[in-house]
Amino acid sequence: MRYHIVHRTLYTYERPVTVSHHRARLGPRALPHQSCPWHEIDIQPEPVVRVPRVDAYGNQSVYFEQAAPHTQLEVVARSYVEVEAPPAPDPASAPRWEDLVEATRGDGAAGAVMATEFRFASPLVGPDERLAAYARKSFEPGRPALEAAADLNRRIFTDFTFDPVATDVATPVLTAFDQRRGVCQDFAHVMIGCLRSLGLPARYVSGYLETEPPPGQEKLVGADASHAWVSLFCGEELGWIDLDPTNNLLPGDRHITVAWGRDFLDVSPLRGVTWAAGEPWLLVGVDVRRTG
Amino acid sequence: MSPPAADLADSALIPAVVPPGHWLSGYRPPAGCWDEVLDDGGTVRPEWRALADATSGWSAVDWGRRREEMARLLRDHGATYNVYSDARGVARPWQLDALPLLVGHGEFEEVAAGLGQRLRLLNAILDDWYGPQRLLRDGWVPPSIVLGNPGYLREAWGSDGRAPRLMMLGCDLARGPDGRWTVLADRAQAPSGKGYALENRTVLARVWPGIFRDCGVRPLADFFETQREALRSWAPSMRGEPMVVLLSPGPFNETYFEHAFKARYLGFPLVEGADLTVRDRRVYLKTLEGLRRVDVIIRRVDDVCCDPLELRADAWLGVAGLAEACRAGHVTVANALGTGVVETAALFPFLPGLCRHLLGEELRLPQATTWWLGQRAERQAVLAERDRWVIKNAFVGQPFDPVFLAQADEPTKRAVLERVAADPDSFVAQEPLRLSTMPTWHEGRLEPRRLVWRAFVLAGPEGPQVMPGGLTRVSRDAAGSVVTMQYGGLSKDTWVLGHEPDCGPSAPAPPVVIRPARPAAGVPSRQADHLFWMGRHAERLEHVVRLVRSALRRHAGEKTGQQATELEVVLHLLERTRELPRPGREEAGRPALDRLRPLLADPGAPDAVPALARRLRFNASAARDRLSDDMWRLVNRLDTLAVPVDPGLATPAALLDQLDSLILGLAALAGMEAENMTRGHGWRFLQLGRRVERALNGLELCGETARAGERPSAFLPPLLELCDSVMTYRRLYVAAPQFLPVMDLLIADESNPRSTAFQLHWLARQTAQLPRDTGPAGSLREKEAADQLLSALSSFSLQSLAAMDPAAAAQRVAAVCQSLGHGLESFSELLTAHYFNHALPKVR
Repeated sequence: MRYHIVHRTLYTYERPVTVSHHRARLGPRALPHQSCPWHEIDIQPEPVVRVPRVDAYGNQSVYFEQAAPHTQLEVVARSYVEVEAPPAPDPASAPRWEDLVEATRGDGAAGAVMATEFRFASPLVGPDERLAAYARKSFEPGRPALEAAADLNRRIFTDFTFDPVATDVATPVLTAFDQRRGVCQDFAHVMIGCLRSLGLPARYVSGYLETEPPPGQEKLVGADASHAWVSLFCGEELGWIDLDPTNNLLPGDRHITVAWGRDFLDVSPLRGVTWAAGEPWLLVGVDVRRTG
Repeated sequence: MSPPAADLADSALIPAVVPPGHWLSGYRPPAGCWDEVLDDGGTVRPEWRALADATSGWSAVDWGRRREEMARLLRDHGATYNVYSDARGVARPWQLDALPLLVGHGEFEEVAAGLGQRLRLLNAILDDWYGPQRLLRDGWVPPSIVLGNPGYLREAWGSDGRAPRLMMLGCDLARGPDGRWTVLADRAQAPSGKGYALENRTVLARVWPGIFRDCGVRPLADFFETQREALRSWAPSMRGEPMVVLLSPGPFNETYFEHAFKARYLGFPLVEGADLTVRDRRVYLKTLEGLRRVDVIIRRVDDVCCDPLELRADAWLGVAGLAEACRAGHVTVANALGTGVVETAALFPFLPGLCRHLLGEELRLPQATTWWLGQRAERQAVLAERDRWVIKNAFVGQPFDPVFLAQADEPTKRAVLERVAADPDSFVAQEPLRLSTMPTWHEGRLEPRRLVWRAFVLAGPEGPQVMPGGLTRVSRDAAGSVVTMQYGGLSKDTWVLGHEPDCGPSAPAPPVVIRPARPAAGVPSRQADHLFWMGRHAERLEHVVRLVRSALRRHAGEKTGQQATELEVVLHLLERTRELPRPGREEAGRPALDRLRPLLADPGAPDAVPALARRLRFNASAARDRLSDDMWRLVNRLDTLAVPVDPGLATPAALLDQLDSLILGLAALAGMEAENMTRGHGWRFLQLGRRVERALNGLELCGETARAGERPSAFLPPLLELCDSVMTYRRLYVAAPQFLPVMDLLIADESNPRSTAFQLHWLARQTAQLPRDTGPAGSLREKEAADQLLSALSSFSLQSLAAMDPAAAAQRVAAVCQSLGHGLESFSELLTAHYFNHALPKVR
């Protein structure tokens, strides 16, 4: 499937800002089932410096600075992306979840060494006994990991209410868990917390979602903004498998992957430090259009 | 933190074999561990003979005298740990024992070689972890101790500078019963202690001249010279003289004394995060004169707090864009961001193998036996013999106190083992080492104390350099095993022996300062702010001290009717100028002394003497590297003088004495500013603060007098006294003070250095010299404001006032005072907005 994506962010400041520093993570990743033949970021006012970087997770990012007084900052990312639905994995074929915990222990014994990274607490999501207890209802002993994870995915979808006002970007995972409400970021964090609490490596994926349904298909939840979901390491053979607890599905060709990391902080689309008085007015709009 | 040692009470004690009467004769170290001075038979070890002989005639009283002298010097130097750690601003004095740790020549060479190797090894490990990560993929290191380590910063991945990542390493060493120095811990982020080590040497050299030569102690100066050179050589590119700055979290940090001391000793500017800015991926120092490029940053801020853009967003100790500036190779940070990851003790068991693999060498320095509990077999082995071990956290930044399983009570033990079972990755087990003991003076007696030596190694341009000395810390009590400064420990100087006596004095020589080719670094704006307020607080303090002294003099005097009236006047002035709370009904009859006492004794009252002296010291400490040692000593003495006298001893005479000393101290400080400070912007801002504050205080007093209505004559003698203008008035008028002439002298007389006119003329002159390149309008606005104040003052004319009805004249004077006061406040705000603007940025 081909998409044209426009992601626009507009900051309006109360008083002119002169110096500011930013990092944008808006460029879709190249993946076996996804390619991005064209991508550009337009920044107004024109920054004094802009430098691309590939980070430790392989995500693309751009660092830029402003040095002249301005009252508005506009960042527009435009991308053409081609996505094929990855082959649907057979959940029953995944290793038993306990074996995955063992293989990613990272204690020096052989195993999937580099997946280990995503099993630890990260700044926003750490293991917790309550999350583990919730997760264990899906992770029965001996169950194939992906089958159990798909069940957890379904339960979060069922038990939690999508509510754009209940949380913000800084809401701790346990708060979202307790109130059983939030947006895709919270759904993803809760699920990652559940998986890590059992010792499984899980990462946070940010990207976009085609929200306008093609004829005959259901409209997906995710509003017109960035989307977030989860990826679980399912052994060397299956690799990382994505799960979207906000929509209770395994992403196919309607999810466009931009970046992944341990939690939202590793992939926030636009972060900045400004020397300014008052709160700026923020406007974000994402438009995902099917082009063929 | 060191592992607990067995209780000394169980051990036999060894008597010292020394001549009777020798000060060591009462010393009894416990058997079963190494004593630094006495061997197993009680004989003085060879390293100690020279020192024991040189001091053979000394009594405990001689030692006591030296201790007192040392304590006084440390106080004068303002040597503290945990400065301003709480709201009351209680700084804990640095404690130094007179007896040093001696390290023999041979053993030092061995330790130095080991430390050099450790530095090379840890750098090779860091290069892999922040690069190809082969050590993880190939199984040399369990991935969890890197990827699960909160000190591993992904933002530092892939950056590859010219300088090594780890440029300075601190190692905590302890000596086991076999006499070998053993590594207990690595300090790889921003190792503290070198400055304290230097301070200890400086103080000891003062009270004990000659001993360094007699004992052949290696000097420290060369090491610091090498460090200075190394720091400059790490500059990313040669652009002439590189600018090196020391980045400190600021005066609230526990080791701030050391930051200021070291910056001053090395001759590098002391800065805080707000002083720096990143432009075009280059780091600049914000000075009054504009931006100055920075090449090397000595970092005393934890790495996660160094860049709010990429690291912790809630930390304001760093500078936005720093991580990117490092990646671009435009600045060198020492140590590099992310080096804290190798501080983990979980790495210990893997180092011997890594050393063979990476360096092709055997690990030279023994380490405390340690196991990472994330490994199943090792964990089981530890749990099978649990009483042998101390359980510690594996990674820094986790709040967990080490637990010695053999000594812990059942509930503690159970709790620890549960935590280990739940999260084994986060813990290590370490075998406790029986730390060596050392005689230490305690209440006039020698006691054996446990010790840890923090040694330092530096990546110099020509290979690793080890400091011939270091910071030795001793346990708090004889049996004590926990050795850390956070627990209020005592420190010792560390002497490395084997110095050829011809090589010059052993005390650190002051750095050779060569005037750099580039213009001087400039005054950081934040420092200018502190200097401005240092000036204001010094004047404010003097003002309050003078007011209280005037009141006390009259209270303690002959109690004539006139004195009683004047006492009322001064109390009224104190109330009106807000220093003294207005009396409630119940207080009306209280003796004046009781009402004045809080101004001298209440540490919490914001405008009282102790608080003002503390604020003065706080501002001075933030600008420490701009003040001479004598000025700094004086500021510390003022702070000590302002400490309340014991209420039981606080007779009016004692209090007057204290106030007189404060006035003299403040006068000495002002004198040093006038005589010893270079006339740069630092001095200018300090004086701006003084002039603004002095003018404001004078105007407030004159205004109150003018508003006094019926009885201004009672105000005049105290007023002249408060404004230090009694003699001047007598000489000019040879008569009892009269209202208008006094006002003229205190407000309009340009030749009186206490008058408003004098301050305003000074402001008008000096504002013309303020740095201008911060904007097109530059300092012109300040100059205009000062000129406006002067022209407002010209409306004060003695002739026209004398022609007026007295009540109207008084009203006129009060109005002039008030309007000038407002004008000065606006002037101060203008300066603040223009030069000291450091509002906090926001992260989104």
